Formats: sequence, structure tokens, C-alpha cells
Amino acid sequence: MEVPILKQGHYLIASIQSALTDADLSQLREALIERVGRFRARGVIVDVTALDVMDSFAVRTLRDIAHMARLRGAETVIVGIQPEVAFAMVQLGLTLKGVSTALDLEEGLLFLDHQAQLRIERGTGRIDRG
Amino acid sequence: MATKGKDAQSVPPDPQAQSESTAALLRELVAHLRQNRTQLREEWARRITRAQLLTAMTEEEIFAEATSVYDNYVEALETGTFEALQAYARNLSERIIPRGVETHEVVGIVLLLRDVLARSLFAKYHEDFDKLNRILDAYEPAANRIANTVAVGFVQERERIIRQQQEAIRELSTPVLQVRERLLILPIIGVIDPQRARQLTEQLLRAIRTNRAKVVVIDITGVAAMDSNVANHLVQTVEASRLLGATVIVTGLSPEIAQTLVTIGVDLSEMATVGDLQGGIEEAERLLGYKVLPLEELTPKA
Repeated sequence: MEVPILKQGHYLIASIQSALTDADLSQLREALIERVGRFRARGVIVDVTALDVMDSFAVRTLRDIAHMARLRGAETVIVGIQPEVAFAMVQLGLTLKGVSTALDLEEGLLFLDHQAQLRIERGTGRIDRG
Repeated sequence: MATKGKDAQSVPPDPQAQSESTAALLRELVAHLRQNRTQLREEWARRITRAQLLTAMTEEEIFAEATSVYDNYVEALETGTFEALQAYARNLSERIIPRGVETHEVVGIVLLLRDVLARSLFAKYHEDFDKLNRILDAYEPAANRIANTVAVGFVQERERIIRQQQEAIRELSTPVLQVRERLLILPIIGVIDPQRARQLTEQLLRAIRTNRAKVVVIDITGVAAMDSNVANHLVQTVEASRLLGATVIVTGLSPEIAQTLVTIGVDLSEMATVGDLQGGIEEAERLLGYKVLPLEELTPKA
């Protein structure tokens, strides 16, 4: 099943609706990385609220997305990890090191806004022309 | 007389006749104990005080309890049924355990009563050695059973209370408290075993979700000792919370725990630690963008 990717301002939002196969995940990764450039996105949000299982491949793909998007100039945040999933992940040692996380979509958007603000303050961000 | 007694011992008598005679002897015994109730009871209470048992109770209380125990004791001897005594022992235990009465005291007083009664039997029958023997044959097994019943009842009651308290502790052990919008506190007190650590993490993660928490302060001032297992559980809790988008600050690591953790080489570099709970809350407020000021600084000066 293909994951819909929505563009919202400077951000891309990928909302996973159901369990994904490895191929779906790879496809999501490629589509996101391609679109970061096409839409000149500054942030990527991957919403995993609907996932009640997360295997090592899924976790690795999410981490890859974050690192690749950063190389293309966009910050990634994973939102909506369920408590049970989080607990299972740390027990398996899949901790998404170096990847930002947030409670839900709203928090994710706030986080990205905050990050953008910080970049402008530091003088490293792109200037928003409206 | 003596030869007759020997015969009675060497040749096993007809069981029915024997039980009848035991019953008759017990009746005689009970009558004796009833007759000398006041005097024996007082003697017993005196010996309890002298042996410094039941120090948690006043002399009047001891005497009142001694009276009921004595009457129940005699009744159990008479009827040969222990249900009433059992119920009384349980009831007594329920009343005296909260006052700090120990097992050795309860066993001690029952054994004292046994001794007091046996002595009174010696005094009464010392001239008739054979009769004394038969009386003791009837008395000892019953008395032993009574002592057993009371002691077991006491211990059972204690164990019941301990079980109850353990359950209560387990339920109370992990309160997750919200102290400010989006700020949770998890004070951990006592020993953390794997089961509790798991319960703790699950509870915290659920609370983070329902309260939409952004910062969690885990205070471990009340944790006496920590080994690598517990430390790893803590690291897992911190990481799982981060996956839900919450930052965890650990506070109250004692000098001993800090030394242990460094010595056994647990990697806590991913963990934000602050000295005490106050510092932890201040740090959390800073992360959330709060600033706490005294009122004077807020009201404009006249």
C-alpha cells in the first residue's frame, strides 16, 4: 500500500495508515527523499500512530529517512509511536538514535517550527520570504 | 499400684475403653481447672508479667486476655473441638499484631499456661503417681494441639497481613504525578525488580500519552541501591519516553549509586541527570519555557 505524502507549507507529512511491507517502506523512503528536493521542504513528519508493530527493518528505514532528509536539507521527526511499541522497541534495542521524535502530529509541527526558528537565530537557516 | 500402671502401659488396652477413660479423665481435669480458675489465671498472668512477655499491653489488658484465653483453653480441652479456639486465636492475633506483639510472645504465653496447668496437676495428684500419669496422658496431646492451634493461627494472621501489605505496596509503588502542564514526576521509592521496572515503564509511557507530557522528571532519591540490571531498565525507560517525544531528567542519584554506576561501567551518557528533585523541576521548567518569579518582581513598584 502506498503511503500518501502531503505537503503542508514547508513540511512534508507522510501518514502511515496500515501495516507496511518492506517494499512499501523502501518506496516511502525513495518518494520522501525525492520530494524533499522537489518541494524544497524544510521538514518531514512521518506519522506512525497506526502502527502497532515496528520491526527492525521499519526502524532502520525511518532512521535512514531522517539521515537522508537531513543531507537534503530537511529535518525529520517521527510522531505517534504507541507506548507499547516504544517499550518493545527499547527492549529489542531499536532506539532510533539521532532521530527526533514527538508525541503526535501537532507536536511534530511545533517541533519543526521551533527548529526552523533556531536555525534562523543561528543564521544558518534559509530566510523565509513568505 | 505401680505394677498395675506398668501393665496398663505394656498391654495395649481396648481402644474404646481407653477413649472412654480418657474422656472421663479429661472431664475430671476440666472440673479441676474450672474450680481453680481464679487462682490459676492469676498465677498465669503473674508469670507472663515476670517473663516480660506482652510488654506492649497493660496489666489489665493482659489479665482480660488471659481470662478469655484460659476459658477458651478449658473449653477446647472439654469439647475436643478447636474451631472456637481457632477463631478466637485469629481474632486475638488481629487485635494484638498491630500493637507489635511478636510470635515468640504468643507462643511463650501459651506454653506458660501449659506449664502453669501442668504444675497444678502435679500439685493435685502428686500422691497418686499412676493417676497423674493417666491425667497427663489425656492432658498433654490436647494441650499440645491447643498450643499448635494458637501459634499457627497467629502466624497465619501475620502472613495474611504481610501479603496484604505487599499488595498495597505494589499498587502504591508507581504514582505518576503531573506537577505542571506537560510536566510529569515519577518518584521511585524502594527496590526495583524487573517486574516492577516493567510496570513502571508501562505506566509512565501511558501517562506521557494521556497527559501529553513533554518533560518527565524521574526522582530516584528513594532508591537505596542500583545494579546494572536496574540501571539498564532506567536507560530503557528514558529511551522509550524519548520515542514518545518526552525528555527525561533523572534526579536524586546518591553518591553511592553514582559510584556504583561508574564502577560497573553503565553508559548513562544519553541520560540527563540533575542533582536533586528541585533542580530537576527547575530544569524541566526551563525546557518548557516557564520562569518562576517571586510576586514582588512581577508587581510594578509604586
